[in-house]
Amino acid sequence: MTALLHWLPVLGVLVVVVGFALRFNPVPVVVLAGIVSGLAAGKSIGEILALIGNSFVSERALLLFVLTLPAIGVLERAGLREHVGNWIATLRGLTLSRLLMAYLAARQILAMLGLYDVAGHAQTVRPLLAPMAESAAEKRGSPLSARERNDVRAFSAATDNIGRFFGEDVFIALGAVLLIQGFYSQHGIELEPLQIALWALPTAIAAFVIHAIRTVLFARRIKNGTTGPATSPGPLQSRSASARQDMPDTDQCG
Amino acid sequence: MLKIEQAYWLIALFLAGAAWLNLRERRWSHAGFWLVLAALMAGGKYVLDATATHHHLPAQLAGVGVIALAVLSPRMQRGQLAERDAAEREADARRLGHRLFGPAVLIPLVTLLVALFGAYAMIGGVRLFDPARTTLTGLALACVIALIAALRVTRAKPAVGLTEGRRLLDTLGWAALLPLTLAALGGVFAATGVGAAVSDLVRMAIPVDNALACVVAYGLGMVLFTVIMGNAFAAFPVLTAGVGLPLLIHLHGANPAILGSLGMLTGYCGTLFTPMAANFNIVPVALLELPNQNDVIRAQWKTGAALLVVNLALMYFLIFHF
Repeated sequence: MTALLHWLPVLGVLVVVVGFALRFNPVPVVVLAGIVSGLAAGKSIGEILALIGNSFVSERALLLFVLTLPAIGVLERAGLREHVGNWIATLRGLTLSRLLMAYLAARQILAMLGLYDVAGHAQTVRPLLAPMAESAAEKRGSPLSARERNDVRAFSAATDNIGRFFGEDVFIALGAVLLIQGFYSQHGIELEPLQIALWALPTAIAAFVIHAIRTVLFARRIKNGTTGPATSPGPLQSRSASARQDMPDTDQCG
Repeated sequence: MLKIEQAYWLIALFLAGAAWLNLRERRWSHAGFWLVLAALMAGGKYVLDATATHHHLPAQLAGVGVIALAVLSPRMQRGQLAERDAAEREADARRLGHRLFGPAVLIPLVTLLVALFGAYAMIGGVRLFDPARTTLTGLALACVIALIAALRVTRAKPAVGLTEGRRLLDTLGWAALLPLTLAALGGVFAATGVGAAVSDLVRMAIPVDNALACVVAYGLGMVLFTVIMGNAFAAFPVLTAGVGLPLLIHLHGANPAILGSLGMLTGYCGTLFTPMAANFNIVPVALLELPNQNDVIRAQWKTGAALLVVNLALMYFLIFHF
């Protein structure tokens, strides 16, 4: 019976895996998984509700990015994305691969200094990096097809993630390094934060090299890519409008 | 003193405004969703304070709110919110030119300045920024300053800030909520012993006296657990207590500093593979209006996989030699 109780909460993991695999809306899947794990661990409904409520409000900082939306919305209404596109098109030396590599390096260095909330998907990728990358990609002389446009946006977001992740572990005063130090300290091993941070450098360098190579290959693929039909959305057209045309309604399964 | 709590109030205000606009357009699910979330953002500190004094009712009500959000989120269809005409935007872009960059760059710039110098800002001997969350408080302040600057540069009415912000918020929809929901699930998993059970599974599966097998099990365990939890921070204590400490450090004599550092970074490779890391992998899909939920993961998993191999090799060759 005790052995069974030990394993039962894993059911919650199963709910998540199955729910994500079947492409149900993730929010109810995740909440259901929490309830299942709680019940399997023998907790009462009241305890589970309190546990979910407390864990949720403790992480409110994760919603801070929505505060960027009004400013970015106002600027987009006044043509920010269009202007970014026009401007990048005039910079002849700025290719897609150079743009993304420079962003990757800057993001990693900022994260190493502990400044990982300075950039991000809401702060910099949507308003600046993605339109810049699209415009840089179109310097090949023909407009991007809808699919290529999506690929360029996704690769921009990926570059932001990789720069952040493999920079922040080198920073000693926050987050990962302190978590590692604190964990070992609880288990009787005392370490200096700098010892831990320095050993993140080889991976940080490897991350830059690997992703830079992939960026060059990706940019080459986009440059040589056969363009879509002549009706593909041009750089100055509304992103939302063009995205909607070729966006199957994923909300049901998303 | 500027505190993170005030930023949460600001978020609540914005969400309530978005709810009101949706209410006027009879988009009931959206209105209800943002309203409940606004209440959770505004009431968060009250909930936590009450829990600290062993009053569990507010936390339970918050839990009911989270379930309400879960029920509402599948009903949020991605609407056809009107955007300003493309030709008008293009005309504005030509007229305003580089002046449009100013407010956009203010967001990272002010955040950076507050992060670097916020600790020195004093008013009447009192610190201007709460030392606890200086950078994030700075981000909130930067957003307010950028909004004011954006309204000035574009000569738009202040109400435009709400309508345009709401347009982007509704574009995000439930994706905006997923990071918080997953964090809540992490809390539940930790409290119900899911971690201990998973690390037992890993130990049952490997020959413990083989150092390479232990390295691979630890690394892949970090990846697997990060994929499940969406967060390497949650995986690290579980896997290091279950596999890293007893097998690699105590049995095989691994260097704990290198093991910890590389173990965490191996977990980060897992973060690149998983939709559970919603704030990194799902929120941008919504923000960039990509057609498929896994588009960002598809763009980055190869970097993650190559880096995983590099990390495992580094771990095997470094932890036993230093």
